[in-house]
Amino acid sequence: MSLIFGVYARRLHTTCTCNEIQKLTRLRVVDNSEIGKQAMAEGKPPRCIHVYNKTGIGRIGDKVLVAIKGEKKKGVLVGLKQNQKPLVPKFDSNNVVLIDDSGSPLGTRIHVPIPTVLRTILKERTHVKGTDFTKILAIATKYQDSPQQSVFSYLFKI
Amino acid sequence: MAFGACLRTISREYRLNVCITSRLFSSPVKSTASTLPSDAQEQFNEELERKSVTPVDYRFTYPEFLPDPAFARRNTIREKLERMDMLKRRSQIDIPEFYVGSILAVTTSDPHSGGKPHRFLGICISRSGCGLRASFILRNVIDHQGVEVAYEMYNPTIQKIEVLRLEKRLDDELFYLRDALPEYSTFPQDMDPEIKIDGAAVPVNDIKVKLKPRPWLERWERKNLKGVQDLGLPERFYKRAEELATPWEKYDLMKQYRATIPEEEQAEIFSEVYSELHNMEIARKKLKKRKTFIKPKKSG
Repeated sequence: MSLIFGVYARRLHTTCTCNEIQKLTRLRVVDNSEIGKQAMAEGKPPRCIHVYNKTGIGRIGDKVLVAIKGEKKKGVLVGLKQNQKPLVPKFDSNNVVLIDDSGSPLGTRIHVPIPTVLRTILKERTHVKGTDFTKILAIATKYQDSPQQSVFSYLFKI
Repeated sequence: MAFGACLRTISREYRLNVCITSRLFSSPVKSTASTLPSDAQEQFNEELERKSVTPVDYRFTYPEFLPDPAFARRNTIREKLERMDMLKRRSQIDIPEFYVGSILAVTTSDPHSGGKPHRFLGICISRSGCGLRASFILRNVIDHQGVEVAYEMYNPTIQKIEVLRLEKRLDDELFYLRDALPEYSTFPQDMDPEIKIDGAAVPVNDIKVKLKPRPWLERWERKNLKGVQDLGLPERFYKRAEELATPWEKYDLMKQYRATIPEEEQAEIFSEVYSELHNMEIARKKLKKRKTFIKPKKSG
């Protein structure tokens, strides 16, 4: 009997999770695209079904393929739960912004802060004839920790 | 001593008084000092003075000056060089006294935002590392989204560190705020600094945080947390926590010895940096006195 319990006990892992984005990780859509809002409201957050890099582990700014409401959509990771390097913010949820094939976002607004590192990362990944990721930066309302911008966004909300 | 004992036998009802008098009579410093020969006594007095140069609380105010106690990583020369570098950095910017639970705002220069400085405000949930690698984590909830940023204290891109509310919490680490209701880690970005009285003790905020229902990031019932409300778990969780607890470890002197820097070594380290740190503190106080004028706020 104790042997069986021992085997069962070993199946449970007691260490902290790495919080890596890999296939079948649930993500949180943070833009105001129709499909994203519906999926989050129904309590069926999208799943990552592919990460477009060589490692298969999604890092900040990586492009992912997600399964959302029975459709396949592409998205960009704009905030991770995983521990980050110093000065890079770590978030309480894995945030994704949906994009189409040309790189322009499906929504018109991102309602959470996004890290400023994304500016550099997304600019690096944008090529003249390839996908243009920088449109995501344009729809962000707030960067992670800029006081001037936050004041303005509060003003606009009021 | 005999006088104290005599008193004790005579009047038991004045126990408190007797205790005080006996303590006065049998204070170890006095008795040893009086019995020593004159040369030795001078030496003893000198030692006393030397020891009393550095305040006791420096190991709490400046914990990063103490090296990593892990024996394999000790290197006295590197530690000394690091301390010199830390003092040099401290002469450039003001790194104030703060604790886990204090609310800080850190301004950094950010290469990603075109030369504009960035300011992030949040509650300090952990302090770790020693020497030049000392770091802390700030946490805040912005737009209903929990955000945490780790800062290295001696990072040269940091422009300013402000302490807006200087206080301590009941626990050494506040990682449970990740599992707590968001209002416990929400602080407005335009918070005003609280005025503190010079020389007053740092207040301890004994707030009890309410956690969200499970699942959690860690098994908090096993962590012996003080700043958390009743976790509301079934009995078996507490039973298991009790089974796994190691209450005997606090009596393990060898373990304590290996995990800490001995007091004599601490005194040596702090006597090395004390004069400079103290001068910086005085200079900061002078600056503060000069900046008494506060810009009036617009109302309405």
